[in-house]
Amino acid sequence: MTYTPLHAQDATQTNTALGTRPDALGRYGIYGGKYVPETLMSALEELEKAYYLHTQDPQFQQELQGYLRDFVGRETPLYFAERLTAHYGGPQIYLKREDLNHTGAHKINNALGQALLAIRMGKKRIIAETGAGQHGVATATVCARFGLECIIYMGVEDIERQHLNVVRMKLMGAKVHPVSAGSGTLKDATSEAIRDWVTNVNDTHYILGSVAGPHPYPMIVRDFQAVIGRETRRQCLERFGRLPDVLLACIGGGSNAMGLFHEFIDEPTVRMIGIEAAGEGVLTPRHAATLTKGRVGVLHGAMSYLLQDDQGQVQEAHSISAGLDYPGVGPEHSYLKDMARAEYYSISDQEALDAFQQVSRLEGIIPALETAHAFAYLGTLCPTLKSDQIIVINCSGRGDKDVDTVAARLGGLLG
Amino acid sequence: MAVSIGECFAQLKAHQQKALIPFLTVGDPDLATTEAALLALDQAGADLIELGIPYSDPLADGPVIQAASTRALKQGTTLADVLSLVERLTPKLKAPLILFSYYNPILSLGVERFLDKIAQAGAKGLVVPDLPLEESDLLVHAAQARGIDVIQLVAPTSPTERIEKIVKQARGFVYLVSVIGVTGVRREVSIALQPLINRLQALTDLPVCVGFGISSPEQAQQVVDWGADGVIVGSAFVRKLAEATPDERMAETTQFCTALRKAINSVD
Repeated sequence: MTYTPLHAQDATQTNTALGTRPDALGRYGIYGGKYVPETLMSALEELEKAYYLHTQDPQFQQELQGYLRDFVGRETPLYFAERLTAHYGGPQIYLKREDLNHTGAHKINNALGQALLAIRMGKKRIIAETGAGQHGVATATVCARFGLECIIYMGVEDIERQHLNVVRMKLMGAKVHPVSAGSGTLKDATSEAIRDWVTNVNDTHYILGSVAGPHPYPMIVRDFQAVIGRETRRQCLERFGRLPDVLLACIGGGSNAMGLFHEFIDEPTVRMIGIEAAGEGVLTPRHAATLTKGRVGVLHGAMSYLLQDDQGQVQEAHSISAGLDYPGVGPEHSYLKDMARAEYYSISDQEALDAFQQVSRLEGIIPALETAHAFAYLGTLCPTLKSDQIIVINCSGRGDKDVDTVAARLGGLLG
Repeated sequence: MAVSIGECFAQLKAHQQKALIPFLTVGDPDLATTEAALLALDQAGADLIELGIPYSDPLADGPVIQAASTRALKQGTTLADVLSLVERLTPKLKAPLILFSYYNPILSLGVERFLDKIAQAGAKGLVVPDLPLEESDLLVHAAQARGIDVIQLVAPTSPTERIEKIVKQARGFVYLVSVIGVTGVRREVSIALQPLINRLQALTDLPVCVGFGISSPEQAQQVVDWGADGVIVGSAFVRKLAEATPDERMAETTQFCTALRKAINSVD
C-alpha cells in the first residue's frame, strides 16, 4: 500500500490485532472452529498449510493481481451516487462497484484466489455450492479459464428462481447438480457439497463461496475478498483525504460485507453496518435474519449464530434473494456483533424490492436483490447522518439475474 | 440391565466373539417400530446398538440415513422421545445403547444437561460425527464423569500422528470409518481397509469396530476376517425398516441380524 497511516503507532497495533483473528484453532472469540467429520480434518489442515505457503509467495500474489486486473477488471470504481444522495438530502453516498467485476459480483475475487490455490495443490476437480448462482458462475468461470472440472451444487428452488445463472454455468462447462433435500436452497446445496468433498477429498478442492464453513474457509474467503476494503481505503484517502464514516453491506453468509469491513475493523471511527434479509418479517418464521433472531449453534462446520428451533434443528430460512436465503452466518460476523464492532439490521423482501426499483431508476444501476437489501437501509440510516459524512455501500452484484423474480412479483406494476 | 461398553467387549473377548453393532434412526418410520426393532435386534445377536437422534442437516450421512432422519423429524420425533425410549428399553435389553447425535442438538440443550439426560436414561456411549478431536475435550471429560463413553472416529484420511492423539481421547471402542465418504450401502469393502485396521490396532488397546458402508453378511465377515473387533451396520438396517411392509419389517430385521451374526461367528 502506498498511503502512510495518520497514526503510525495505531496502525502497527492494528496489524497485530488483525493477525490474531482467527486463532490457531480457527476461532473468532467463541465462534468458528472446525466441526466436520474426521475424514475432512486432514484436508482442512492441508488447505490451511497450502494457503499460508502459496499466498506468501510473491509469484502467487503477482499472478493473482494480474488476473484480478485483466480478467476480473479490478480495481472497481468508487462511484458517487449523486441522485441517491440528492434523494435522501443527507450524507454523501458512494458505491463500491463490485457489480462491475467480470461475472457481475464480488464472488469472483474469492473464486479466482481459491482456483489458483487449487491448481498449486494439484487438485483438478472443483466443487462449489451456490445460492443466487453468483458464486456458482464465478467458480464455473475460473474453472473454464484454467481447465478444471467443475461441479456446482444448487438447490432446486434456486435453480428455478436463478435460471439465467444456471444457463451461464452450463455454458462454461460446469455440471449443475440439483439438490432437492430440505428447502432446496443454499443450506442444502452447501451440505451436499460438503458430502461430495467428504467422498472425493483426495482429488477435489471445495471452493466455498462465503466467509462460512469450517476453518480455514472463513479466513481464506475473507482474505481474498479483502481487496474490496483495501481499494476502498485507498480510494477514500485519495478522494477525501480521510476514511469513510459508514460502511454498508448486505449479509447472507457475509463475504461481501467481510471483504469491505476487514480493512477497517481496527479503525474505530468507521461504522460498519450489515443488513440481513428479514424476508416476510422477523416476527414471522419466514426470514433469514440470523444475527437478529438466531442463537449460537453449529452449522456447516462452524460455530456461529444460527436459525434453529428449541430442539437444535436448523430452521429453513426465507428471503426473496437466493443469496441471503441461509440460516447461518459467517463466524467473524457473530464475533463482530458480540464485540459491538459492527451493527446488524434486517430488511424485508418488500423493502428490498422497493430499493431495487429505486436504485434502478435513480442511478441507472440495477442492483442484485441481495445488494438491494443494503440500499434499502439508506432510508433509515441517512436521516441520522450529517451531509458531510460519507457512506460507502458495497454494490456487491448486478441484478440481471433477478429480473424474472422481480417482474413476477411486480406483475402489471412494472407497466 | 445392560452392561457398560467396556464390560460388553470384555465378555465378547472372553467368548472369543466379535461385536455386531446395528444402527437405527429413532422414530423412523415411527417410535413403535424403533422400539420393536430394538427388542428384535437384541434377541437376534446384536451386542451393542447405536441409536441415531434425527437431525435436520446430517452432514456425515448418505441418502438412506438422511431420508430416515427427515422421516423421523416429520413424525415429530424429539430428543425427549429418544430419551424416554432409551429409559424404557434399557432394562429390557442385553445390548448397551450408544447414541449418535450431531453436535448442534447437544449444544442447543447444553453439553452437560444433554449428558445428564442421556446418562440418566441409561445410554452407555455417544458418537458425535461432526465433533473432531480438537473440539471434543469438554464433551469427553464431562461424559466420562457421567459414565458415558465418547466413541471417537478414525478415517482412512487420518494421519498416524493424529490417530495417536485420537485413540488417547477415545473411550469404549474406536470407530473406524471404512471409506472416504459418507454413510451408506456399498457394493464392496475396499482392500485398503485391512492395513488400516491393523495399523489402528497397533496404536490402541481399545477394540476397533468398522462402520460406514458395511451392508451385507459377506462384507461383515470380510471385515472381521481382517481382524476388526466389531462391525457397525447402519444404512442396510435402516433400509430394511423403510422398505419392508409393516407386516414383514420385524421378520426381515431379525433375519438380517441373524445372518450378520452367523457370518461374523463363522470367522475363527
